[in-house]
Amino acid sequence: MKNVTIILNREFASYFTTPVAYVFILVFLVLSSAFTFYLGQFYERGQADLLPFFNFHPWLYLFLVPSVSMRLWSEERASGSIELLLTLPITLWDAILGKFLAAWLFTGLSLLGTFPLWLSVNYLGEPDNGAIAASYVGSWFMAGAFLAVGCCLSALTKSQIVAFILTGTVCLMLVLAGFPLVLNFFQGWVPALILDLIAGLSIIAHFMAISKGVLALTDVIYFAAMIGLWLTLTRLVLQAKSAD
Amino acid sequence: MIEVQNLTKQFGSTTVVNDLSFELGPGSVLGFLGPNGAGKSTTMKMITGFLTPSSGSVHIQGYDISSHRQAAQAEMGYLPEGAPSYEEMTVAAFLKFIAKVRGARGALIQQWVDRVTDTVSLRGVLHQRIETLSKGYKRRVGLAQALIHDPSILILDEPTDGLDPNQKHQVRQMILDLSDQKIVIISTHILEEVSAVCSRAMIINAGKIVLDDTPEGLCQRAEGHLSVSLRINGVGDEALSQACSALPQCGRVALIDGGGVLIYPAEALGDPLAALQEMMKANHWQAEWIQQHEGQLDELFRNATGGRLQ
Repeated sequence: MKNVTIILNREFASYFTTPVAYVFILVFLVLSSAFTFYLGQFYERGQADLLPFFNFHPWLYLFLVPSVSMRLWSEERASGSIELLLTLPITLWDAILGKFLAAWLFTGLSLLGTFPLWLSVNYLGEPDNGAIAASYVGSWFMAGAFLAVGCCLSALTKSQIVAFILTGTVCLMLVLAGFPLVLNFFQGWVPALILDLIAGLSIIAHFMAISKGVLALTDVIYFAAMIGLWLTLTRLVLQAKSAD
Repeated sequence: MIEVQNLTKQFGSTTVVNDLSFELGPGSVLGFLGPNGAGKSTTMKMITGFLTPSSGSVHIQGYDISSHRQAAQAEMGYLPEGAPSYEEMTVAAFLKFIAKVRGARGALIQQWVDRVTDTVSLRGVLHQRIETLSKGYKRRVGLAQALIHDPSILILDEPTDGLDPNQKHQVRQMILDLSDQKIVIISTHILEEVSAVCSRAMIINAGKIVLDDTPEGLCQRAEGHLSVSLRINGVGDEALSQACSALPQCGRVALIDGGGVLIYPAEALGDPLAALQEMMKANHWQAEWIQQHEGQLDELFRNATGGRLQ
């Protein structure tokens, strides 16, 4: 656990030694606000909630989260520092968890940066702050799931660009899994059980429930399982091809 | 103690390291020699636990690297090829990070960093980002992280690659200073390096040990090591050749096509240079040019492998 903390601290600090962190946070804040006010019609709806804000998160994360996760392992591979890291007396899990948690905390920090929206909505009306808190937690969990996917795919390649594109694509499929676009494709020739499974894999279905302010245990378990699964896959990838 | 037994690594159908076995005790400096792709780095990667061997075993101070990886890794300091680091960090922050991962806590962290900064002379650049440093300094940062926990075993993959002659000398001196109680393995292309620091040298080719000897033994096999080529203003090559042959330090003397003579040392590891300079002084001869040669690894290889090198 100590090693995880040491790795986490180093990784987290490294975000802020380059412009990446500041650019990311700025873009996240600008885009999430723009979506909320223009596309989400925050004022026009006349309702004191943050639904228009949270509704856009899956789409925002589709390209923002891969930009955070793409460097996690690709950069280590490209610079060769992976060899240094993995010959230190730490376990593979220490390294994976330290890196993942640093990235997850970083996106959490960006998310917290949107608090003026929460202040606004409280100034304008009397929102259900419990529901808003639940939505924040849900959004953070969704970011975690995306990051775990990105962590695994970044471990596959030296190229950050490839990692970015792969992560965006896989996350898009996970988001779309619950949409008619995907479900109609499978309908009719796939057993109903599998169809339910595909729909059940959808990130959006689980996030929608949360964004409405209901933090159900099943949704939390879903996101936790996603994170666990993809981090385990990361470990397998690293074991299989750490030297390439 | 390092025990390597029947170490083998295959990538697909290619065997990169083929049935390597050796043992090393404290106070020994082993030099791995070999051309690129000979399996030097792959062997080091398996010893340090970065790569899993296809078969065979590595024991570090009694710990099996595959079953007790962390305990074995804690005993070693490792400089990977190219001295990778986290370049966006400052030297101080990077060394502190390594110290913490290596188990230092509290005041000990600063102590370790201070000690190693002095050992490899990094004081002046401690607060610079690693990416802004020259190649020589980056290499020293790599050495510093390998040395920070004062390990009993040091594995250094091409520690002097890309350094200027002064820096090379410094690094070699450092390795010599450290080597009293430690086990050191270095890999290199440079024959001179082996004679300067190693107590044992191993030539690896196509993943196999083709030669395992002392540096002196290796140099003897390298024809032309320390030979001198020379031309004197106003003195004919024939006359020069005769004068050289008369010196006890000089062995065979050959005429070079296009002018000048090539003088081989009389015995392996003998150096004819001083005697030649003496002779030139005594005769008031001015050299048009003079050059000393080192034994070439390529030649050594051809000798060691009976010309079967690809």
